[in-house]
Amino acid sequence: MNKIVEKEQLNNNVVKLVIHAPRIARKRKAGHFVIVKINKKGERIPLTIADADAAKGTITLVIQKVGVTSHKLSLMEEGDSLADVVGPLGHATEIYKAGTVLCAGGGVGVAPLLPIARAFKKAGNRVLSVIAARNRDLIILEDEMRECSDELIIMTDDGSYGKQGLVTHGMEEILDMVKVNLAVTIGPAIMMKFASMTTKKYNVPTIASLNTIMVDGTGMCGACRVSVDGKTRFVCVDGPEFDAHKIDYDEMIMRLGAYEDMEREAYEKYLETVSK
Amino acid sequence: METISDILKSERQQAWRDELRKSMKAKERTSIPRVKMPEQDPHVRNKNHSEVNLGLTDEMAIKEAQRCLDCVDPTCITGCPVGINIPKFIKRIEQGEFLESAKTLKETNALPAVCGRVCPQEVQCEANCFYVQKLKKDPVAIGFLERFAADYERNSGNISVPGVDNKNGIKVAVIGSGPAGLAVAGDMIKWGYDVTVFEALHEIGGVLKYGIPEFRLPNEIVDVEIDNLKQMGVKFETNFIVGTTATVDDLRKEGFEAFFVGSGAGLPKFMNIPGENYRRIFSSNEYLTRVNLMNAANPDYDTPVFSGKNVAVIGGGNTAMDSVRTSKRLGADRSMIIYRRSIEEMPARVEEVKHAQEEGVEFMNLNSPVEYFADEKGNVNKMLVQKMELGEPDSSGRRRPVPLEGSEYEVKVDTVVVAIGVSPNPLIPASMPELEVTDWGTIKVDKDTMQSSVEGIFAGGDIVRGGATVILAMGDGRKAAKGMHEYLKSKVGKK
Ligand SMILES: Cc1cc2nc3c(=O)[nH]c(=O)nc-3n(C[C@H](O)[C@H](O)[C@H](O)COP(=O)(O)OP(=O)(O)OC[C@H]3O[C@@H](n4cnc5c(N)ncnc54)[C@H](O)[C@@H]3O)c2cc1C
Ligand SMILES: Cc1cc2nc3c(=O)[nH]c(=O)nc-3n(C[C@H](O)[C@H](O)[C@H](O)COP(=O)(O)OP(=O)(O)OC[C@H]3O[C@@H](n4cnc5c(N)ncnc54)[C@H](O)[C@@H]3O)c2cc1C
Ligand code: SF4
Ligand code: SF4
Ligand code: FES
Repeated sequence: MNKIVEKEQLNNNVVKLVIHAPRIARKRKAGHFVIVKINKKGERIPLTIADADAAKGTITLVIQKVGVTSHKLSLMEEGDSLADVVGPLGHATEIYKAGTVLCAGGGVGVAPLLPIARAFKKAGNRVLSVIAARNRDLIILEDEMRECSDELIIMTDDGSYGKQGLVTHGMEEILDMVKVNLAVTIGPAIMMKFASMTTKKYNVPTIASLNTIMVDGTGMCGACRVSVDGKTRFVCVDGPEFDAHKIDYDEMIMRLGAYEDMEREAYEKYLETVSK
Repeated sequence: METISDILKSERQQAWRDELRKSMKAKERTSIPRVKMPEQDPHVRNKNHSEVNLGLTDEMAIKEAQRCLDCVDPTCITGCPVGINIPKFIKRIEQGEFLESAKTLKETNALPAVCGRVCPQEVQCEANCFYVQKLKKDPVAIGFLERFAADYERNSGNISVPGVDNKNGIKVAVIGSGPAGLAVAGDMIKWGYDVTVFEALHEIGGVLKYGIPEFRLPNEIVDVEIDNLKQMGVKFETNFIVGTTATVDDLRKEGFEAFFVGSGAGLPKFMNIPGENYRRIFSSNEYLTRVNLMNAANPDYDTPVFSGKNVAVIGGGNTAMDSVRTSKRLGADRSMIIYRRSIEEMPARVEEVKHAQEEGVEFMNLNSPVEYFADEKGNVNKMLVQKMELGEPDSSGRRRPVPLEGSEYEVKVDTVVVAIGVSPNPLIPASMPELEVTDWGTIKVDKDTMQSSVEGIFAGGDIVRGGATVILAMGDGRKAAKGMHEYLKSKVGKK
């Protein structure tokens, strides 16, 4: 059992939970994730460790409401406990002095991007960031990102905040101006697809952190498989980060929707129970 | 020195055994036909998840026990990887002393209710029974009887918890809670050690929980056996991946003095043929885990599983049988086994193949998939299958399947489960470069002590064998426990 010690609502759809998990807090590095199961009947879902405090024994998760489990999580309160939290999982991000690093995050992808941007900054890199969302309300962790970035561009689809346009527009603005040595992109699969097409044009090595469907997170089931450079890889144990230019995004997007009908049905049914 | 065979002999000479032997003529015993296990009707059971085998009644068990000749040289024992005193436990059943029988089982086997259900008896104990070897008759139903005694004890509410030695305060860690790990824990706790079992998943039991389905091995039975270990003092830590949550070195610093790695062969293999990543093509691990570990078939639970109408399962082992029979229970109209060799060569237990046939599973033997196709959404909708013929025997002695050029044909499917085997779980070896592994990724061990290339680290079960059986994993565990015990004794002696 892992207790929620702090909760903050970042916007209508996104909550931040600080959770007691001392062993994980001690071991985790930027890029790691955990698998969480809310209660006995819950499913196992992967969530990135957005931050951790080894001294307090806590990890921070930032969760966007998209379906039943993330919605239930967003309704949990301080003092409640999660039945199961396991991790840290996946490979940590390889942090080194690359020179100039472009960090591009979309929607809730900014949460996993934050620790990586911080780590690159700490390693002496110049960090230029672009964060994007559909509208002003969906921009999260702006202050935190600003703090660890030398430059921060905010993009919204509708222009309600920052500049109007997609994440790729912000990226191009930077790529046109400065020589970037490495790019990191995290967000919805479709966004990562276009972000990596963009950096490819500029010949900038890029890593993307993938958010496939998972069950165990330990390499046991193969639910998380993706094709990278024509080979099948497991995101949970071989990733979650891969060379962004070699990922078969269309296959990944296709696989992400594997349960969409069942999930939508379950979510609609669930929403009826919470609205009553 | 007293050898095991001396012990067996002297036990055999005890008065009660002698009396029983004389109570019935051998002729009479051998003329009793082998008992038939009562089963759920195939067309009822293929729609529910309850156990297929219903268990023997007291009368049936006693009658079957009478068949056993209490041989002078009980060859059956040589076929049992943990060396259960088979005639003794069977004669206790004949005598009606069912609880005593269960105690005998537990002297050497921590999970008799499990083994009685899932051991491939036809190639182990029962294959070596006098009936098969000399009389060319059906063997004594050792597995059914083992299950009977263990179930009787559990249902009686009088479960005997084996005694444990005085605590010696030495901490040992068991990594992985499958049968290998549980066997180590059972022995080490008996000898007074302070035992903690670390498990990556949220449930204890390894494949017994996430792999083997409820209709063959109810979780409740596994839980009772685990409870037994808890009562003896074994501590369990779930959601703990050794290597990442904490490394072996971290645990050493926390005072653990010896380790057993029983992390299993968890990684699913795929065939790497075109289209294999389409939606609704699962590994057997994913399919079975969703249903068994996550309860996906129960609408009260949040995990989804796709229950197709035309299901093809690729493979011929226990995992393939479990998957295909599960698909029937999830409502498939057509459940197919597609296996590249003939039915005789299937590695699955004979009973599983028979049960699957009775339940309406179609066997497409000497067939192998070559490609998958999908609709516009990416859902698999048909597969291309190639026919095979059997050629020369390969290194395993089985005849090698050879593809028949031009024999490809299409099969309509909406779900595919790939059950062609697993490889060793790399988490532990990856976190310990000094640990020697084979080219297949299995951990190298000394075959007597089960110690790895690193002092104080022992290993056994599928992580050493690369995929075997429950009882072999437990046999390894018991050997490793002995090795660990000796190692720790000599270490303390040196202090
Ligand atoms: C390594 C990793 C790290 C992740 N980190 C975070 C994180 O820090 N914060 C966060 O909010 N989410 C994160 N995710 C995604 C998160 O796991 C999913 O959003 C969650 O599983 C959805 O569960 P649900 O039951 O609420 O919704 P579901 O009912 O499972 O899904 C609802 C809808 O969302 C879509 N969907 C399902 N899974 C995903 C996914 N993985 N990504 C995008 N869309 C999906 C489905 O197509 C469906 O239409 C991460 C995923 C991975 C693999
Ligand atoms: C579907 C299926 C059906 C089968 N049917 C039969 C049968 O009928 N009869 C039979 O005899 N055999 C059967 N087998 C084979 C048998 O189950 C295995 O040989 C046996 O379970 C191996 O035991 P084990 O203890 O080595 O590993 P496992 O049972 O695989 O257990 C290993 C455990 O270790 C955990 N783990 C792994 N890495 C770590 C880590 N780093 N830290 C913590 N925990 C970790 C895993 O999560 C897992 O729970 C079947 C197997 C499958 C998959
Ligand atoms: S444990 Fe398995 S092999 Fe040994 S006697 Fe029992 S059924 Fe036979
Ligand atoms: S070999 Fe067969 S008949 Fe003889 S003791 Fe063993 S089980 Fe009984
Ligand atoms: S989540 Fe199961 S293998 Fe990656």
